[in-house]
Amino acid sequence: MAQIDYGALKKGGFMRQKQKGYFSLRLQVVGGNLTAENIKAIAEVAETYGKGYVHMTSRQGVEIPFIHVEDIEAVKAKLAEGGVKPGVCGPRVRTVTACQGSDICPSGCIDTYSLAKELDQRYFGRELPHKFKFGVTGCQNNCLKAEENDVGIKGGMEVSWVADKCIHCGVCEKACREDAIRCTGTEVLLTKDKCTQCGRCVKSCPTDAWEGKGGYLVSFGGLFGNKIYKGEQILPLIHDKETLFRVTDAAISYFQENANAGERFRLTLQRLGEEKFREKIRAAYEE
Amino acid sequence: MELAGIKIDETVDITDKVCPLTFVKAKVALEELEEGEILAIRMNDGEPVQNVPRSIKEEGHQILKLLDNSDGTYYLIVRKAED
Repeated sequence: MAQIDYGALKKGGFMRQKQKGYFSLRLQVVGGNLTAENIKAIAEVAETYGKGYVHMTSRQGVEIPFIHVEDIEAVKAKLAEGGVKPGVCGPRVRTVTACQGSDICPSGCIDTYSLAKELDQRYFGRELPHKFKFGVTGCQNNCLKAEENDVGIKGGMEVSWVADKCIHCGVCEKACREDAIRCTGTEVLLTKDKCTQCGRCVKSCPTDAWEGKGGYLVSFGGLFGNKIYKGEQILPLIHDKETLFRVTDAAISYFQENANAGERFRLTLQRLGEEKFREKIRAAYEE
Repeated sequence: MELAGIKIDETVDITDKVCPLTFVKAKVALEELEEGEILAIRMNDGEPVQNVPRSIKEEGHQILKLLDNSDGTYYLIVRKAED
């Protein structure tokens, strides 16, 4: 039998198991969604070639354990019939994760799934000095843990009060968790430095007297493995995708150009100091 | 009963419940009213007053006022919408 190229297999989502000749096959999942057709193909492969079960990974991925090396091509073909592709491992852009976002969730401020698909198309599998993770969460409840990703995107809202729609009911003052709103009975006052752009005033206002302009809060350099570091937000809320992608392009390019092999984004930023990176990101934002 | 100049048809006290039963109890009380009738919901400060008004709005009912009772509780005054 020909020599097995483990590097190529790992790149294609085949994770070598302890058991000789067997792989746990990682699949490509975007934003945590799979179609019924996908799931049927996965189930069939797990039953025919694996051990009849799948493993849900910590980042919304699916792996089919116990795929034998000799079955790899047959498995790929069977999965392709159901529209399922192998995922990736190693030093490249990994699964783009997302919560259900504004399409499904009452709390969502942004359409996370559409954005995850766009990020996936733009970056998935891109070769880099080390792994690189994107996560998209729809609001500040942060179900998808944006800040643990190399680039995390969180939905937010820039809010403004519309006096003539307001019935001065007082709901928003209590809905705000930051104590940023005060209802005087004739006026509603917003303390902008306290506002975290969560949009809860918009969501709770019974007469739509709070208007919210949705956008993206981006964090950089999160880690949640051997080392733990919370990604940092260095820009204000971004309203348009064009600017967002300029910023994410700048971050990933900076990593590609400056990281040592096997060095995570945060460690590159620590080694080189953050000021230069921040300048690049601000330039991309302001362009 | 009248609160803040609004005639109240029914009241419900949800201060004995915690989330999510606060909302469930309020929802059950609303279901027993006719369209257009007014319910006053007594709730605790903190999580209930942060979240219950929004849930009532998402059900489509009309919120008229939130009154601070100055004893750590609030009255949320709601007009029942059609089903």
